Amino acid sequence: MLWLRTWRLGIKSLLLHPMRTGLTVLGIFIGVASVIWLLAIGEGISQEAQRQIEGLGADNIMVRSIKPLNPPNASANAFILAYGLLREDYQQLTETIPTIKSALPIREMRRDVRYSDKKLDARVVGCTPEYADVTRLFMDRGHFITDAEVKQSQNHCVLAAKVVEHLFPYEDPLGRRIYVQDHNDYYRIVGVCRDRPPTAAIGGSLDAQDFSQDIYIPISTMRKRIGDTVVMRSGGSREGETVELNQITLRIDNIHNVVKTAALVEATLEKNHSKLQDTKVIVPLELLEQAKRIRMMLMVAFGLVAAISLVVGGIGIMNIMLATVTERTREIGIRRALGARRTDIVRQFLVETIAMSVLGGIIGVFFGLIFPPGFEALRDLVTKLSPETIAALPDVMRDGSPIIVPASIPLAFGISVVIGIMFGLYPAYRAAQMDPIEALRHE
Amino acid sequence: MKLAAKLEELTKWYELKSETVKALRGVTFDVPEGDYVAIMGPSGSGKSTLLNLLGCLDRPTHGSLFLGDANIANMNDNQLSHTRATRIGFIFQSYNLIQQLTVVENIEVPLYYQGRLSKSDRERCHELAGMVGLGDRLKHRPAQLSGGQQQRVAIARSLVNDPYFVLADEPTGNLDTVTSEEILKLFESLNAMGKTIIMVTHENEIAAHAKRVIRLRDGLVQSDVRKTDRIILN
Repeated sequence: MLWLRTWRLGIKSLLLHPMRTGLTVLGIFIGVASVIWLLAIGEGISQEAQRQIEGLGADNIMVRSIKPLNPPNASANAFILAYGLLREDYQQLTETIPTIKSALPIREMRRDVRYSDKKLDARVVGCTPEYADVTRLFMDRGHFITDAEVKQSQNHCVLAAKVVEHLFPYEDPLGRRIYVQDHNDYYRIVGVCRDRPPTAAIGGSLDAQDFSQDIYIPISTMRKRIGDTVVMRSGGSREGETVELNQITLRIDNIHNVVKTAALVEATLEKNHSKLQDTKVIVPLELLEQAKRIRMMLMVAFGLVAAISLVVGGIGIMNIMLATVTERTREIGIRRALGARRTDIVRQFLVETIAMSVLGGIIGVFFGLIFPPGFEALRDLVTKLSPETIAALPDVMRDGSPIIVPASIPLAFGISVVIGIMFGLYPAYRAAQMDPIEALRHE
Repeated sequence: MKLAAKLEELTKWYELKSETVKALRGVTFDVPEGDYVAIMGPSGSGKSTLLNLLGCLDRPTHGSLFLGDANIANMNDNQLSHTRATRIGFIFQSYNLIQQLTVVENIEVPLYYQGRLSKSDRERCHELAGMVGLGDRLKHRPAQLSGGQQQRVAIARSLVNDPYFVLADEPTGNLDTVTSEEILKLFESLNAMGKTIIMVTHENEIAAHAKRVIRLRDGLVQSDVRKTDRIILN
């Protein structure tokens, strides 16, 4: 009963200055909400990254060709630069490392393709049948490249969904032939893939990949019909590069062997590539570990920022309470004269700060909870109003969603209460330490 | 006769930076239950200090002040607070009501600090409000009341804990003559009901309403005169 009265009195006193109380509560509200928001953003980013890395397959190792930054023989006549993974590497890797279960060679290049009057700048990917499985590509109609097609180097191709949309708006593409311009060559369409979203870049070691304009052909066909050398003409000069393979994706028999195998792979590649530094081994498992570490760092960094805003809110509380205590000196004197102990005075003022911080905490938690849907609604709105703005945003902002960390809610709320108590104690103590005689005399 | 308060060689010194101010230098008198005492004296005579000691707001430097059996000189801060909450009724010159509370709630404050507020306690608060003539303004706030009415609320509040004595500090200082008379009449009727009243004032006309007048001078009792004596003296 009496504590109820204490609370009622505290709230009554707070309501005497609704504006002042409101602003103080706002300070705590922002602190609590920002704890939840920032942690949710951090969690969203890291989960998105983790999802993408897991998409690469934790039991995979990727070896990619990298264009060397300083080609050694960049003289005038050597305009064709040869770099990257060799078929020899592929052979060596698969034959010498026993923990490699299977290996998938990939060669990609950009080519203009045509069907009747429609033209598209496509990414032609030479690959083997495992490609669909490893990159989680699903078929819509027809079939993916088969072993037989690879063996016989057939001029068959499989199209990504967007390519079909573009080249065959009204027709069934299966069985038709597309024309690859530079090589004066035709490919029969044997399959169409389901639409798949692009992957984002991961930590600088893997570029973002857009699969929407892919055309898949057997890698053997690519070698025979297109070759390894790509020549680009730009403003009178020619520039070219010879790349045998862009990527080899290795499947490891056991996830525990991934890191060991990666070291072996690097050692194997050393011989051919130590000079140019034109290959790179990407271990999704390591990236995953790294992503987990980054997640911790994000949490700590964001948590600190949010904690600062909570502390600022707490200082706001303290400021207001100090003013209130001075303003209510007379009341404190009266209460002391009427029998209030020092602890009663402490309790009275502490109740007010706790009430404010709890209220701020509740509002903060509420706004924290509606943040993810609110964020998405806002993004949809901006997408509708100005698509350019959205396009300019980084992938994470476009695709990721904030994910509320469940622990952040009791955490933020708890911290707000603790801050209410911490920053309320001093003003309350000051109030309690007043000499009742002096306080009664205060005007 | 039982005593409401017993002062023995009550001494209070204030330590200032350069000197020691001896505000009370050994005050001795008894206040029997049912007495109505006016304490008078020029400024600097020590009457405020005496009031603070009687009100348990401060401790004496030497000597003793007994309220009932307890010597407040030996009490700690919490015990002093408890004594104020249970055994002393305060009335101030400027009423000192709590602005955000209603009339009834103001009367309840000392009970709140005693840690009790039962239904019967609350009824008692209503009765007291009725007794001082504010039965119809229970829900009003101090700002909505006149000075005289506020002082009545303070009187009701001072009685709620059934104190050893009511300690009134210039209770009519802020009131006009007519209202002052009303308040003093109320005091007289309370005294007739057996309540002990100690009143500090500097006005002779006000002090004249008391049964007994104690004059202080330089921290000592200068005179202690009962009304019956005064009549005889006149």
